[in-house]
Amino acid sequence: MATFNVLVAVCLIYVAFLFVVAFAAERAAIRGRSNWLRSPLIYTLSLSIYCTAWTFYGAVGYAARSGLEYLTIYLGPSLVMVGWWWILRKLVRIGRSQRVTSIADLISSRYGKSNLLAIGVTILAVIGTTPYIALQLQSVTVSFSVFSDAYDVNSHVQSHESNALLIAAGLALFTIVFGTRNLDANERHHGVVMAIAVEAVVKLFALLAVGAFVVWGLGGGVSDILNRIDSSEIGDWEMRGDRWAGLIFLSAAAFLCLPRMFQVMVVENEDEGHLRTAAWAFPAYLMLISLFVVPIAVVGLDLLPAGSNPDFFVLTIPLATGNDGLAMLSFIGGFSSATSMVIVAALALSTMVSNHIVMPIWLSASGGGASVSGDVRHVVLLSRRISIAGVVTLGYLYYRLSGGGTALASIGLISFAGVAQFLPVLLGGIFWRGATRLGAFAGLTVGFVIWAYALLLPSFGTGVFISESVMAQGPLGLSWLRPQAFFGIDGMDPLVHAILWSISLNALAFFVASLIGFPSPLERLQGAQFVNVYEHSSTPQSWSGSLAQSEDLMVMAQRILGAREAQRLFEREARRQGVSGLLPEPSPDFLQVLERELAGSVGAATAHAMIGQIVGGASVSVEDLMAVADETAQMMEYSSQLEAQSDELSRTARQLRQANEKLTRISEQKDAFLSQISHELRTPMTSIRAFSEILRDSEKLSEDDKIKYSSIIHNEAIRLTRLLDDLLDLSVLENGQVTLNVQTGQLAAILDHALAAALTGNGSERLHVTRHRTQEHIALTTDLDRLSQVFINLIGNAQKYCDADYPSLTIDVGVHEGALVVDFVDNGTGISKDDQAVIFEKFSRVGEQRANGAGLGLAICREIMSRLGGDIAYLPGQGGGAFRVTLPETRVTLAS
Amino acid sequence: MEKNVLLIEDEPNIIEAISFILSRDGWSVATHSNGHDAVGVVQTQLPDLVILDVMLPGKSGYDILRELREGDQTRSLPVLMLTARGQVKDREMAERAGASRFMTKPFSNAEVLEVVRELVTE
Repeated sequence: MATFNVLVAVCLIYVAFLFVVAFAAERAAIRGRSNWLRSPLIYTLSLSIYCTAWTFYGAVGYAARSGLEYLTIYLGPSLVMVGWWWILRKLVRIGRSQRVTSIADLISSRYGKSNLLAIGVTILAVIGTTPYIALQLQSVTVSFSVFSDAYDVNSHVQSHESNALLIAAGLALFTIVFGTRNLDANERHHGVVMAIAVEAVVKLFALLAVGAFVVWGLGGGVSDILNRIDSSEIGDWEMRGDRWAGLIFLSAAAFLCLPRMFQVMVVENEDEGHLRTAAWAFPAYLMLISLFVVPIAVVGLDLLPAGSNPDFFVLTIPLATGNDGLAMLSFIGGFSSATSMVIVAALALSTMVSNHIVMPIWLSASGGGASVSGDVRHVVLLSRRISIAGVVTLGYLYYRLSGGGTALASIGLISFAGVAQFLPVLLGGIFWRGATRLGAFAGLTVGFVIWAYALLLPSFGTGVFISESVMAQGPLGLSWLRPQAFFGIDGMDPLVHAILWSISLNALAFFVASLIGFPSPLERLQGAQFVNVYEHSSTPQSWSGSLAQSEDLMVMAQRILGAREAQRLFEREARRQGVSGLLPEPSPDFLQVLERELAGSVGAATAHAMIGQIVGGASVSVEDLMAVADETAQMMEYSSQLEAQSDELSRTARQLRQANEKLTRISEQKDAFLSQISHELRTPMTSIRAFSEILRDSEKLSEDDKIKYSSIIHNEAIRLTRLLDDLLDLSVLENGQVTLNVQTGQLAAILDHALAAALTGNGSERLHVTRHRTQEHIALTTDLDRLSQVFINLIGNAQKYCDADYPSLTIDVGVHEGALVVDFVDNGTGISKDDQAVIFEKFSRVGEQRANGAGLGLAICREIMSRLGGDIAYLPGQGGGAFRVTLPETRVTLAS
Repeated sequence: MEKNVLLIEDEPNIIEAISFILSRDGWSVATHSNGHDAVGVVQTQLPDLVILDVMLPGKSGYDILRELREGDQTRSLPVLMLTARGQVKDREMAERAGASRFMTKPFSNAEVLEVVRELVTE
């Protein structure tokens, strides 16, 4: 007969067996013969800590109460494994590249290595997980009492509470022994993983054995059981769509967010490839473990007296039918489920508590990483151990507080809904670069407040935390804030209600606050590394330091990693840098590696803070930010667009500048021109005014003077008229408004006409003109009047300015390179080289004499020749003043 | 006592007109028609007043005036500047160069006489 004492003995033997398994696995891992430990099978089995005592005992109870709804709890994770494996792969990759130690570490690391956020997540994880640990304690305690009730009447003196306390203490001890045996840099626990893999097999085997016994031992095989299901209440059970959808979502979210699932799935993961196997193997495991749930429930309801707790049918059916051995196996299965969950949960939570709460406090209290004396590893281990004890104690307290009477499934769901609040922040963090720390805080706070108010606090029963009046009328009479009917939406299932509002408002707050806030440089850097984890083979640098700090870093690393491990790391890095000696230079690369190693032991935020204390200074350089900016193709594209725009802008600016310069030049030219015109007009007007006043005011003028002064007025008036004519002529020519009167004529005739027109008035006979008439038999087709105007001007200039004692002008005609060339050469001193450059400009009168021209003649000549398609130029080196007029061949026909 | 006026101007008709007006009023008028040696001529003659055109061949009236203002004997010599360029900036340049008065061509004969008398009395 199985007595209570036997049961205790069996438990102890089983635990001892687990110790041996875990120990052997550790030994094998240390010796490097751990290939079989790192198989995908072990990984898949370790994931089965998802199936806790809730599954083992509670699923049957769930089915007995709510029919097939229990399946939702397994459908969620199966969907994740099959359909969302890419999320898991990304999580695993990030976990590996960032040396993440827990979900709190991951979230804090993503949002700028914020320790405050890590503390928040840790506290929330502890609050969320505590009911779950309580659930395990409750199930183990009750399973003990089921046995003692059945066989050992005397054991009634042994209260549930003391049982629970003993069990809690035992679990804490096991976790401490195997979870904190040493401080592994990558936070993997081969021993623990192996032990829970064994437990996974044991619980599956136990449940299958009970199921097989129920189907084939008690029932009449499959068909009989199916008939019995149809005729039972479970068969009549009605499916509720909202609860199904809500629960599938909830279990999927919890599967990703539960700290213990994160521990086995991400932290303990040896190889990303294992996910491929787990993607089908784990859903298969879930299917097997839930296979006999309904048969057991149906048979239990039939067989056992009404009012029996269906949560423990798995145990009570074998006991009631006298199958002690099977009952014992079932008990061990349930025990396995509970212990594996508590161990891993305690391990995961203690890592978080220790890394994010205890260590930072201890570090700041003891004055920082570098100045600490002694081996920090002992402190870390001690803080972990205390944290484990603390976590398990909390679970025990919750169990005592909640009275242990609640159905297992509802406790589990409360816990699920709590940790599911991490989902928006987690997914947002790895898929959305815009997610910020502010958003994370906002989302988590909103989510957890609603969860606590709408689900957790009411779970203790009306009147414990939330009074009856608040439940019915809302706090302070605000009916829209009733815990189970937000915004007056009544009639919703309380669980679905809580999930809906907490997750959606959580996500909304996260999203809105992320959009409002601006991420810090470190957040952006981390965000880029997380979201683009696949593109980052190497990560951007975030530290820089001086050589003098290497020793401090070494001292600190030894304390955390252990002297040997730290030395190995430093030597390896020094070798890699090609530095002689043992100390590598604190290059950004090295500091990155060191931070990762330390993060494996104390978490990202703490490691970052410790290195920051030694290296100091800004942790993110401009180059890093540039690297972040350059990372995504989108950014690059955007940047190249900006560059193109910038190029275009500078091109436009250059054009504008050139246009402006041109306008300024034109404006200056215009000013100078006006100023010149003013001068040219005012000068003759001055004479006219002065002499006309003299004529008017003087009575005693001689007749000769009167004539002389009148002549001056007359000449100046003519000069003024000519000036205006020239100006208008030039203006017309320059604007291109001139109409050419093209005719055909003889060059000789044109020259005759020009000479006759130019050589009139006083002194005209002084100029001797030499021509070669034989050259001049050339027919021209052009504006003959205009060409004549040019000739008149040139002849007039020679007459006015030739300074020789016997001035003479030679007109020479020739055909040069197919063009007609007419040269006018006088025997004066000519025009100096400097003046040659300006004679064709307007108002350019050169030399001393400056006879009464306005300086427009040559400018007009140039414009005319340009209109006629020819040219006029000064011909240097001819002895005197020399001008060459050129007309293109097309306008010239040689006379026959 | 007859006062001496030196007229530095290159337009023959304007020289003739101003000479006539001033002579008729009892001034002794000397003339000079290029910019090159104008400063030397002023320093030699040291007239009571200089009437100076701006646009002179060889050297501009502004440059001549600046040089006169640097010499000890001609520092405070009354100088009436004449210019055919009537813009504001021309007046400013004349003031900066140290002109006692500035007149724009064309002028009225009475006005010239008045200014000349004023400058010499001062």
